[in-house]
Amino acid sequence: MDRPGDDRHPCALGPMDPLRWSPSPCTSRPPSPRTPPCEMLGHVGIEAVLEQLKIKAMKMGFEFNIMVVGQSGLGKSTMVNTLFKSKMWKSTLPGLGVPMPQTLQLQSVTHIIEENGVKLKLTVTDTPGFGDQINNDKCWDPILGYINGQYERYLQEEILITRQRHIPDTRVHCCVYFVPPTGHCLRPLDIEFLQRLCRTVNVVPVIARADSLTIEEREAFRRRIQHDLRAHCIEVYPQKCFDEDINDRILNSKIRDRIPFAVVGADQEHLVNGRCVLGRKTKWGIIEVENMAHCEFPLLRDLLIRSHLQDLKDITHNVHYENYRVFRLNQSHALPRGPGWVNLAPAPADLTATPGPWKVRWQAHDSSDEEC
Amino acid sequence: MAVAVGRPSNEELRNLSLSGHVGFDSLPDQLVNKSTSQGFCFNILCVGETGIGKSTLMDTLFNTKFESDPATHNEPGVRLKARSYELQESNVRLKLTIVDTVGFGDQINKDDSYKPIVEYIDAQFEAYLQEELKIKRSLFNYHDTRVHACLYFIAPTGHSLKSLDLVTMKKLDSKVNIIPIIAKADTIAKNELHKFKSKIMSELVSNGVQIYQFPTDEETVAEINATMSVHLPFSVVGSTEEVKIGNKMAKARQYPWGVVQVENENHCDFVKLREMLIRVNMEDLREQTHSRHYELYRRCKLEEMGFKDTDPDSKPFSLQETYEAKRNEFLGELQKKEEEMRQMFVMRVKEKEAELKEAEKELHEKFDLLKRTHQEEKKKVEDKKKELEEEVNNFQKKKAAAQLLQSQAQQSGAQQTKKDKDKKKDSEIAVTLPVRTK
Repeated sequence: MDRPGDDRHPCALGPMDPLRWSPSPCTSRPPSPRTPPCEMLGHVGIEAVLEQLKIKAMKMGFEFNIMVVGQSGLGKSTMVNTLFKSKMWKSTLPGLGVPMPQTLQLQSVTHIIEENGVKLKLTVTDTPGFGDQINNDKCWDPILGYINGQYERYLQEEILITRQRHIPDTRVHCCVYFVPPTGHCLRPLDIEFLQRLCRTVNVVPVIARADSLTIEEREAFRRRIQHDLRAHCIEVYPQKCFDEDINDRILNSKIRDRIPFAVVGADQEHLVNGRCVLGRKTKWGIIEVENMAHCEFPLLRDLLIRSHLQDLKDITHNVHYENYRVFRLNQSHALPRGPGWVNLAPAPADLTATPGPWKVRWQAHDSSDEEC
Repeated sequence: MAVAVGRPSNEELRNLSLSGHVGFDSLPDQLVNKSTSQGFCFNILCVGETGIGKSTLMDTLFNTKFESDPATHNEPGVRLKARSYELQESNVRLKLTIVDTVGFGDQINKDDSYKPIVEYIDAQFEAYLQEELKIKRSLFNYHDTRVHACLYFIAPTGHSLKSLDLVTMKKLDSKVNIIPIIAKADTIAKNELHKFKSKIMSELVSNGVQIYQFPTDEETVAEINATMSVHLPFSVVGSTEEVKIGNKMAKARQYPWGVVQVENENHCDFVKLREMLIRVNMEDLREQTHSRHYELYRRCKLEEMGFKDTDPDSKPFSLQETYEAKRNEFLGELQKKEEEMRQMFVMRVKEKEAELKEAEKELHEKFDLLKRTHQEEKKKVEDKKKELEEEVNNFQKKKAAAQLLQSQAQQSGAQQTKKDKDKKKDSEIAVTLPVRTK
């Protein structure tokens, strides 16, 4: 099992090494004067807690909720199937008797997948009909409503008197936004949507169907999109303000440089040079999905699954959910608030209000608000 | 725009087979890495009499010297002393807090010994609850001070539990994970130890004390936990001094009749305690504290504050309404109290005023009296003065008159005196004669 985080710990000592208090850059909380660091004179076995944590986590299983947003025909369902190497959906082929949905419908499908003893409950939410109408005004409302609805559900569970041991987590951890490969720049619909959503959920934009662009066109398109994102103050995942330390920043800067990834999805296997690979067969060649020279699908997969999955969940829980909670608890303005009281007005019928600029910070000592 | 969400119910969850390596088996590692960078918190509460070996055992368990002075036996009551330390082993940072009960079992009247302990545990739960109920909270950064494990030190009498022990453990068993241990176990012989242990366990069971059960539901730890549970309560010996045994140094206590090795399983159960407490179940202890004890406290506290999940019509109660009602009630009470206090204040002020007025009046009277007396005296003195002056005048007059008379008399008297003198002489002679003859 490769451990993607290993190179992040310069102080990876073996268990029998005598202790030294190494000022690891991963320290998010330096020892305060009241908690002096103590030298231990021998092996105690504290690090066994990591193993215990792992066992408990594996027993409980993991949950991950992902949402794919984009116009129809951009290959969302295929992408999901490719990501998780299984038939999550039957990919819809256009014009095969399936009528264009008149309204935006969100469809969720949940599966339990297991790999090497790790159980993952995966929920994929699709949004067919997004951006397909003639008038796409407020087409993001149902999506925002859904996301906020999940937060609301979690919040209601959390404030119960007798609550469950493990609250089922249906909050959307990641939203993958498919940008059509026009090659020019972001369209107004894209900008509107991204602006609203990046404050509520982690958004990862990708360039869909990138096989219609050459490598140079892709680069130019990418730069223009990045420029647009910066110009409109859209913070996509991984957000710069949540980098914990220097290692994180370096790692994430590399990722940020390549966002949005140009991806190609495929769920059929073909024989290339004796190997069986997932790819799209065209008259002029086979586009291998997992080949970095052909497209950036491996980067997306690594980001979403192999290295940043836990991070996505943590940011959703600690930042987006907390923002929503603050917003809900502040809704009843008339009531005077004591220091520790829960004020919960009945949930408004319209759950599309966005909480506003991020006020909750990842690190407690970073107190400046970032207005965007 | 209508939104239709097709959400399958739970029964439709199906297992999907993967046709290749996806890569999410690195998830536990991602989780562990995150936790490692944040660090862990662990809080141990040591309950036991003074001098039973709590600090020494902590030093031995964590292989370090925690600075502390031994407590005296003169404490008027039980108080809790908490100290925090940062330990690091390879890349795991542990923030360890050790809470000591100072003065436990020293008083003559031990009725209230358990109260400070229960209050401390509740205070930690309360702090966490307050943080959780805040509007703007930062739970991921919160330094968890809730007590995760309570080591209850039983005195090695060899007979049974003391009633103080039973009472205290009964009070603590629903609030914290209790692990009973027999302290200073080198004073009990092996055969007595076995009887002592079974006696203690049966007493605990018969009194309904819920001690911490090592979890046996996961295959990896079930076996070791099951074998260890048989040895409860662990009989431990603590020592920070090293004695040469064979050709290496080991922690031990040296007696004239032999050496008690701390890490020798035949001598005491220290190794078992360390295994159970730290190496196998630390995470489970933390989880039990959070999901059982803390939830129980939270439920009781919120119910006490009047919050309910559903009202009799089984419509979800809005916390807001309850809060409003409670707040109005509270404000009303506050006002009433304020009124009362104000009344009392006014009454007191009046009384004081009356008193002061009285005193003032008295003073005035006194003053008047004094003034009058003073006047009278003055008058008397003046009268006397007048009299005196009159007398003086009279006297002067008389004197003057007398002088005049005298001067007159002198003149006529000078003649008279001559005549008198002669007469006197004659009479004198005449007189003297008879005198002589007498």
